[in-house]
Amino acid sequence: MQSDIKRLSLILLFAPFALWIALLIILPHMGMVVLSLREKVAPRVYEFGFGNYIDFINEPIYWNTLLRTGSMSILVTFLALLIGFPIAYYIAKIAGKRSRGALFLLCLIPLWVSDLIRAFGWILLLRETGVISTFLIRIGLIDQPIEFLYNDITVVIGLVYTVILFMIVPLVSTLDGMDNAMIEAGYNLGGNGFTVLRRIIVPYAMPGIVSGCIVVFMMTAGSYLTPILLGGKNSSWFTEQIYDQFITRFNWESGAAFGFLLLAFTSVVVWIGLRLTGQTLANTVAKS
Amino acid sequence: MASSTKNQAFLFGYRAYMAAFFIFLAAPLVAAGSFAFNDSLFPALPWQGFTLDWFFNDSEPKLGMFHDRRLLRGLYYSGIIGVMVSLLAVFVGTTNAFLFVRGNFPAKNFFYILMILPLVIPGVILGISILVMASNIANGVEDRFNLELEFLRPGILLVVFGQFSFVTTITSLVITARLKKFDTSLEEAALNLGASRAQVLRTVTLPFLRPAMIAAGIVAFLVSFENFNTTLFLVGSESPLTITMYDRMAKVGSTPVLNAVSFFLIVGSGLLALISVVIQRDPKSE
Repeated sequence: MQSDIKRLSLILLFAPFALWIALLIILPHMGMVVLSLREKVAPRVYEFGFGNYIDFINEPIYWNTLLRTGSMSILVTFLALLIGFPIAYYIAKIAGKRSRGALFLLCLIPLWVSDLIRAFGWILLLRETGVISTFLIRIGLIDQPIEFLYNDITVVIGLVYTVILFMIVPLVSTLDGMDNAMIEAGYNLGGNGFTVLRRIIVPYAMPGIVSGCIVVFMMTAGSYLTPILLGGKNSSWFTEQIYDQFITRFNWESGAAFGFLLLAFTSVVVWIGLRLTGQTLANTVAKS
Repeated sequence: MASSTKNQAFLFGYRAYMAAFFIFLAAPLVAAGSFAFNDSLFPALPWQGFTLDWFFNDSEPKLGMFHDRRLLRGLYYSGIIGVMVSLLAVFVGTTNAFLFVRGNFPAKNFFYILMILPLVIPGVILGISILVMASNIANGVEDRFNLELEFLRPGILLVVFGQFSFVTTITSLVITARLKKFDTSLEEAALNLGASRAQVLRTVTLPFLRPAMIAAGIVAFLVSFENFNTTLFLVGSESPLTITMYDRMAKVGSTPVLNAVSFFLIVGSGLLALISVVIQRDPKSE
């Protein structure tokens, strides 16, 4: 009797979870893969085949875009870690109890503002008629307006800006759990600042680092707004190709193939990253 | 002595770095928000004086946001979508929390990873995969039964599903974290005092979870409200605010009314986020 109730409640609890994951995650992705393996031979006539993937391989623009997206995303992830780690360390370890909460909140508030508004802000600052260009002319440093938009550096800065909070938050929560005595012990044993960082702090923070890197990498590779708005029409971001196939050309088969390729590519990068650092998905992303 | 001055210099440099970082964080938001008050037709310098026209003026060329039909409609749709997503996501998030904290079943770790997964799938892909599936079903039904299922075509319902698909992971994590802190002896005490299981859930466990549920709901609402990538592929004729704004932004010559909307959203979401933090930070009051 008691165990029947237990089983019934388990099933009731499992049902929403199963519906959610099956209907909105697994089935749609399987449908996407199936669609990507269809070739259009005539209007409303399809054949099974790898044509969409072969098209991808035969067209250098496509795979160059994917490689470019991947390598720029790795660069963005690395920069976000480099810039974000000292910030997280300060918040978790150096700041006083009171200012810690306030600093953390300051980090979080831009998180809840849409990408769109953040990109819009950057456009206002950086465009030819924007604040920075106008300001530089006003103080006489330059005499022609400069266009800061529509280049790779701006795209990278904009992306780092968009994702860095997702690096800082998991880092703060891991570093927060670290006992200060461990750092002191490192110094007492004669280590200098760099050794302590390399041998004690970074290994301890590794789950947070990996978790932040995964989320940041996936968000960057999958981002659409920032590359387009800051990089212009020629930013060559892979999500743009997907949008193009789906909405502009209405070639869903090829768009689905691109979507699957992006997912497979980013998953492989994440998998390699996990392998290299000896972490698992369960003890990194799931923890933060 | 020497080392202490060196340390001081280091700390000073560190603080300067922190300050520079927060300026970097704030700069685009300040730029996006402050031009809302510039009395000019373009969101750019020079500063032409202070005005509230971009909020309240009711005629062209300076049509304020509160008189701009399309923006208001976008705001309305975003609001509806956000509320639906957050209600659904909090409900499933709560059942997920009970499932993973209390439940014992085979392959629990595997299912837990499945639960995390939507958070790391790029939003664009979630959008297209759900679009593809919904259209497949709708086309199949149309071909076979000659029945047009309007709700499976791009529109509000698909947007809700698309956002719900990954927002639920966030709400599940927030509520799970809270449920893990729950002291089960409280439930046992209530049971010993003669309460039924349903009563215990209603009077002991759910009140304990309430701050996390509210905070998760707010977070879900905000994430839904600001979402663009997933929404872009699922949107029908009822565009939510981010899509409406993007359409305007992509056209040249956007007026500061977009800055007014930005200011409104920055302040609004900042306040909501603050509320969610305050609610969660008050565990002693229960």
